[in-house]
Amino acid sequence: MANTSGRVIGVNGNMVSVQFDSAISKNEVGYIRVGDVRLKGEVIRINKDVASLQVFEMTNGVSVGDLVEFTHEMLSVELGPGLLQQIYDGLQNPLPELASQCGFFLQRGVYLDPIPNQDWEFTPVVKVGDVVRPADTLGTVPEGLFTHQIMVPFTLAETDWKVVSINAQGTYNVRDTIAVLEDLKGNKRELTMVFTWPVKKAISCYEERLRPDETLVTKIRIIDTFLPVAKGGTYCTPGPFGAGKTVLQHMTSRNADVDIVIIAACGERAGEVVEVLKEFPELTDPKTGRSLMERTIIICNTSSMPVASREASVYTAVTMAEYYRQMGLNVLLLADSTSRWAQAMREMSGRLEEIPGEEAFPAYLESRIAEFYERAGKVRLKDGRIGSVTIGGTVSPAGGNFEEPVTQATLKVVGAFHGLSRERSDARKYPAIDPLGSWSKYTGVIPGKKVEFARSILFRGSEINQMMKVVGEEGTSVNDYITYQKGELVDACYLQQNSFDPIDSSVSIERQRYTFTLLFKILSGIYDLEDKKQVRSFFNTVRQKFLDWNNIEYKSERFFQIETELENLYKGKMTSFDPDAEKLM
Amino acid sequence: MQKVYSKIESIVGNVITVRANGVSNSDLAIVTSPNSQSYANVIKLDGDLVSLQVFSGAQGISTGDQVRFLGVPMRVSYSENLLGRVFDGTGTPRDKGPALSENMIDIGGPAVNPAKRIIPRNMIRTGIPMIDVFNTLVESQKLPIFSVSGEPYNELLARIAMQAEVDLIVLGGMGLKYDDYLFFKDTLENSGAMSRTIMFVHTASDPTVECMLVPDLALAVAERFALDGKKVLVLLTDMTNFADSMKEMAITMDQVPSNRGYPGDLYSSLASRYEKAVDFEGAGSLTILAVTTMPGDDVTHPVPDNTGYITEGQYYLKGGRIEPFGSLSRLKQQVNKDTRDDHRALMDGMIKLYASYRESLEKKSMGFMMTEWDDKLLKYGRLFESKLMDLSVNIALEQALDLGWEILSECFEPNETGLKSDLILSRWPKKSAD
Repeated sequence: MANTSGRVIGVNGNMVSVQFDSAISKNEVGYIRVGDVRLKGEVIRINKDVASLQVFEMTNGVSVGDLVEFTHEMLSVELGPGLLQQIYDGLQNPLPELASQCGFFLQRGVYLDPIPNQDWEFTPVVKVGDVVRPADTLGTVPEGLFTHQIMVPFTLAETDWKVVSINAQGTYNVRDTIAVLEDLKGNKRELTMVFTWPVKKAISCYEERLRPDETLVTKIRIIDTFLPVAKGGTYCTPGPFGAGKTVLQHMTSRNADVDIVIIAACGERAGEVVEVLKEFPELTDPKTGRSLMERTIIICNTSSMPVASREASVYTAVTMAEYYRQMGLNVLLLADSTSRWAQAMREMSGRLEEIPGEEAFPAYLESRIAEFYERAGKVRLKDGRIGSVTIGGTVSPAGGNFEEPVTQATLKVVGAFHGLSRERSDARKYPAIDPLGSWSKYTGVIPGKKVEFARSILFRGSEINQMMKVVGEEGTSVNDYITYQKGELVDACYLQQNSFDPIDSSVSIERQRYTFTLLFKILSGIYDLEDKKQVRSFFNTVRQKFLDWNNIEYKSERFFQIETELENLYKGKMTSFDPDAEKLM
Repeated sequence: MQKVYSKIESIVGNVITVRANGVSNSDLAIVTSPNSQSYANVIKLDGDLVSLQVFSGAQGISTGDQVRFLGVPMRVSYSENLLGRVFDGTGTPRDKGPALSENMIDIGGPAVNPAKRIIPRNMIRTGIPMIDVFNTLVESQKLPIFSVSGEPYNELLARIAMQAEVDLIVLGGMGLKYDDYLFFKDTLENSGAMSRTIMFVHTASDPTVECMLVPDLALAVAERFALDGKKVLVLLTDMTNFADSMKEMAITMDQVPSNRGYPGDLYSSLASRYEKAVDFEGAGSLTILAVTTMPGDDVTHPVPDNTGYITEGQYYLKGGRIEPFGSLSRLKQQVNKDTRDDHRALMDGMIKLYASYRESLEKKSMGFMMTEWDDKLLKYGRLFESKLMDLSVNIALEQALDLGWEILSECFEPNETGLKSDLILSRWPKKSAD
């Protein structure tokens, strides 16, 4: 195939205008030759014979007249065994290999093979003569904890392909031919364990999409009980700087009950990624007992790395997530932060001189965000297995104000909203998710009615607190004061969680149910307390006990001891249960 | 080979355009007027139309001036000879010393590979208790000093430049008042710290474009020194001026503004500078302290807001002191566990008591009765402020910790401090037998 080429005719920041000679397509990749380096770029606009390329590298040194080679391929990632444990940049360049080749700095124009060149123990599952379709399994290789399925590339035409040859069980290099397929017209295709897929297209080789109805356990009480996330669902975490977005995501990535976690560090601090890079290999996955890194892929395009590849990085990440979903696995994608991704779009839109929308974001901001989050989902594959991609994105709203376009566009498409508040983080109430403003449309692990009751106490408690600020404690009735204290109790003993305490940092579902039952009883009680001093001292004692309880190993001797003490404590002052709440017990 | 172009097509703000061929993006050029000469660099190419920003400003440039392209990007000389010198925003000497041209290095180089970064592990001692004890500065950290105009932020920076235990200070001044520039120069010279300092200074009266180059120059030089094994501290003042000059250029270039007139790439531009902070494994390190003045004391203003998302904490300068509450060094946990066993506990305990002092102070100002406890707190707060918070205090961390215990023992009984008993047993100052 004759390669299309072109010449640079203009440079504006990382946007380069190229005059080309024959056919090119939108979103195809072109390389600009500058001296002896080739700079990767993506066609984002074509106007007559001029294409606009967004270049994924710094463009200093590019001159008018420089040669551009087009590849006829859309921006793609390589998929195959060996993705796990890798650390990639936004264009799937492996960063550790890059470091061993180029040293401290990221040299531009160096593109390495994303999939490590290694051997795998291949076991075929089809035989010669079998008929297969895209996404069908040809064989398997063991990849760490998982049986990695070598599938018919999704890029092949959706027709019947006959297996002409398939390698016998044995050890093969990842790029060795392992099978040959033939379609009805006799076209032959040689396949290796690796194939590519364009990142901006969702992988849709499944039977049907299902409703996300299974809770994704994060072991964070406020999330699992009050603001649950579902496998195959989406959620967003907006918050001002310093409110603990990244800490919360790291906590989730460690504890989430999924098979694979993909972390897309998109335009944030490099230091935070380094913490993950250095910590994860040391930490063990409680589920498997192996290193956490074995179930993790990190896509890392930090704030000082080129802006255009930041835009690509979230797509790179979600494509890998979809790939593993095709093997019937549950994948969690954590994107930090989607605002930086949106800003990358804004920068490009500005260079293209498009008419700006709100705060200069492009008019297609909302549809792009929706498109991205819609790539999450729980699906039934053709062989009946279930897989899912869950997407959690942080948002960094300017000035901490949620009324800005990115937060608003995100809220429209996600299933749960965990808004972080500066007020709570200032008061060191972590995780700083605002329990009143946040919401979730998914079902949690504790019956909804009970949660509703606890939440209503929180609401009422906060109202009373507001009122007390005006009329003072003196002007508040004892009953109201009790409700206020109950609200504070929920907050202190259940919503807040100490991420540094070895026990409290991750709370199993079983334990959440257990402690919530007791908390619920305490909240439902009607108490015989005479004045506010008594109320305060009673709730202080309960709170202290409850906090101690949280830090004790589940179902240990001491655990039951404190439980009994708590039971006796509240029953000593209680006259009866609230009749509404009692019905729920 | 170096062709001279003498037809300037347009002059808008500080940007000129000429028709030229064979020019590369970011190349440097010299614009020669009959009486003056200025550097300029290429910021946009459109066919044969080349846009350049003129460093010394386009004032007085005529359409007939000559433009000569040098075929290289902006560079700065790097050697030991830089020490003790003062340069302007183009790297031209501002002192009476000779111009340097050996060993030129590119500015605005590539980012550090995240896989090569390491977890920060060394503290930088500054001799300022509010930093060393309460919000420790860590090597490779990037921290802004959020401040309202009028606060003594330059005094603070000068103090840090004199006292910080590092090998090298690179000071980048942007939009400095001439007085402030002289202040820095005199203070550093008198204290003898000048010999380990390199200054890149853009004063308020200098051309805007030069302001934008100062951080890049300072960081490029600092980065090379760090690679050569030096522990470098970069002090920048004031990043808001840098952002404002970016705004000015963006508007001149007809870019669509995003928020309060600032360009859409404000975050990326700030981040690519701040992210230069790094600890090179097996070599030196680069740490950044940058003043960001907050217009109208508003932390949600685009410049401090974007900065906050980039940096690893912040120092708030308020009322001439580093405010203990809003200030935060996100990396302090990495180092303050290894300083002294009482460091963390004392830090937390003293801040909690100081918070109570603030409450008592409020109560007092509202005319409430003061209890005995309130009086103790008031005494404590006053001592804390005068002995530890004052910016002129210069003592080592260990002394500061001892002083902390002394202040506590002067005001409270041991059990009133909320500190762990074993610490109190070992650290509580013994009453002198008088």
